[in-house]
Amino acid sequence: MMKKKMAICLEDVCVRYGDASVLEDVNLSVYENEILGIIGPNGGGKTTILKVMLGLIAPDSGHVSVFGGSIAENRHLIGYVPQHSSFDRQFPASVWDVVMMGRLSAGKFLRGFDDVDRRVCADALGTVDALSFRDKQIGDLSGGERQRVLVARALACEPRVLLLDEPTASADRTVESKFYEILSKLKEKMAVVLVSHDIGAVSVYVDKIACVNQRLFYHDDKEIGAQEIAKTYRCPVELIAHGVPHRVLKRHKGALGK
Amino acid sequence: MIDVLQYDFMRYALVAGVLASIACGIIGTYVVTKRIVFISGGISHAAFGGIGLGYFLGVSPFLGAVVAGVFFAVVMGFFAKRMGQRDDTVIGVVWSFGMAMGILFVYMTPGYAPDLMSYLFGSILAVPVNELYLMLALDVVIVATVWLFYKEFFAVCFDEEFARVRGVKVDFVNVVLLCLIALTVVLLIRVVGIILVIAMLSIPAAIAGRLVHDMRRMMGVAVVVGCVFMVVGLGVSYALDLPSGATIILVSVLGFVFSGFCGKK
Repeated sequence: MMKKKMAICLEDVCVRYGDASVLEDVNLSVYENEILGIIGPNGGGKTTILKVMLGLIAPDSGHVSVFGGSIAENRHLIGYVPQHSSFDRQFPASVWDVVMMGRLSAGKFLRGFDDVDRRVCADALGTVDALSFRDKQIGDLSGGERQRVLVARALACEPRVLLLDEPTASADRTVESKFYEILSKLKEKMAVVLVSHDIGAVSVYVDKIACVNQRLFYHDDKEIGAQEIAKTYRCPVELIAHGVPHRVLKRHKGALGK
Repeated sequence: MIDVLQYDFMRYALVAGVLASIACGIIGTYVVTKRIVFISGGISHAAFGGIGLGYFLGVSPFLGAVVAGVFFAVVMGFFAKRMGQRDDTVIGVVWSFGMAMGILFVYMTPGYAPDLMSYLFGSILAVPVNELYLMLALDVVIVATVWLFYKEFFAVCFDEEFARVRGVKVDFVNVVLLCLIALTVVLLIRVVGIILVIAMLSIPAAIAGRLVHDMRRMMGVAVVVGCVFMVVGLGVSYALDLPSGATIILVSVLGFVFSGFCGKK
């Protein structure tokens, strides 16, 4: 099978807030054309891993590379989808305004958006099936619609890796499966990393699962409902942080507390 | 009523009110959507220290207010976060420090003690013509900067983290925005005074935010709403012989409460 290109690589990453250790010796590789689910209890460091990948938190030790370069060099290749519930619903912005933010870059400073920007944004909205409400105010959308708009904003960055923070929090099952179908289309073109505290939510469409609770436990394939994809991926050795292959997620959760 | 316009001071007051409304409508929109009403309050009270310093050094108190306002805007935007202090703690410190410095400087200034009340509560009816030009210049600076930084301000107000990931210099943009707030405060000092500045920065924009859901339109509506409050407030204060700054604020608050009943949610 063709070797996949590595998108993001974390090596021995440690993060501390004051005296509290949030991440310890995390090793993780994200490859193109696959969806990696990072799961773990609240406060376990899931969001911290995302922020390390985004360069919003500098690790206390360890190394992070994005497409072979530093975060600063290649951060523009990352599309970031934050939690949709954290936004001010009264904010005076239309769907279109929000998606256009994806076209911002350091180079755009003091320059306006052009036709290329508008075309990319229209394409991004089309990809998530949100063109029909491009003029709606962001606060008037349902949770699922708002989530898709935030994905469109990330796609407007023309990313090669997409990072999503709790994308299906408080979404019902129909909304959720529609959302994952979009993600599985997207992984044809890029790497996808999503963070969730809901194990069930990530099971069907996710190719690999990493469990994080200070330390990272890596599953080379997902254990639940994964028959057809399970044999496709081999376990890259550098990805097993502490050499504990967990066969059943449930058991692993119980062991995490220690 | 219209005959009051034959007085120069009334015409100047109206022009001052309109010039102030332009700045506070535009910058107020950022203050409201970014939820930094109290940072703005901190900057405005810090500017009082500059007014005192201006008197003490024998230069224009408004120049002092500009310098002090911008200085504390930079302090709050840049250093406070780096020192790991909580935002509201820094606001409280800057707020009271500015007031204390203002009072001490004025106290130490030899000779006639200036009328502090006019800075604290405004004196729109006493605005001299050269100050109108100063206000106009500040408006031009504010409008031009907002025009240049529009999409960066917009992104930083909506989602700082995302803007940072996109390579926007978020800290710099924030400091520029705080400096614009400082300039707006200086513009408003003459009209409503330092203590009431917060009302003019928040009320017109808040009402506009209920009426429209587009940032540019929100700015436009906030400017118009601000103008209406200025004119009505001035009219009422003239007719009833009330202090103008406080009357403008009261009219604004009434408008705010009224808009809460009839504006859409």
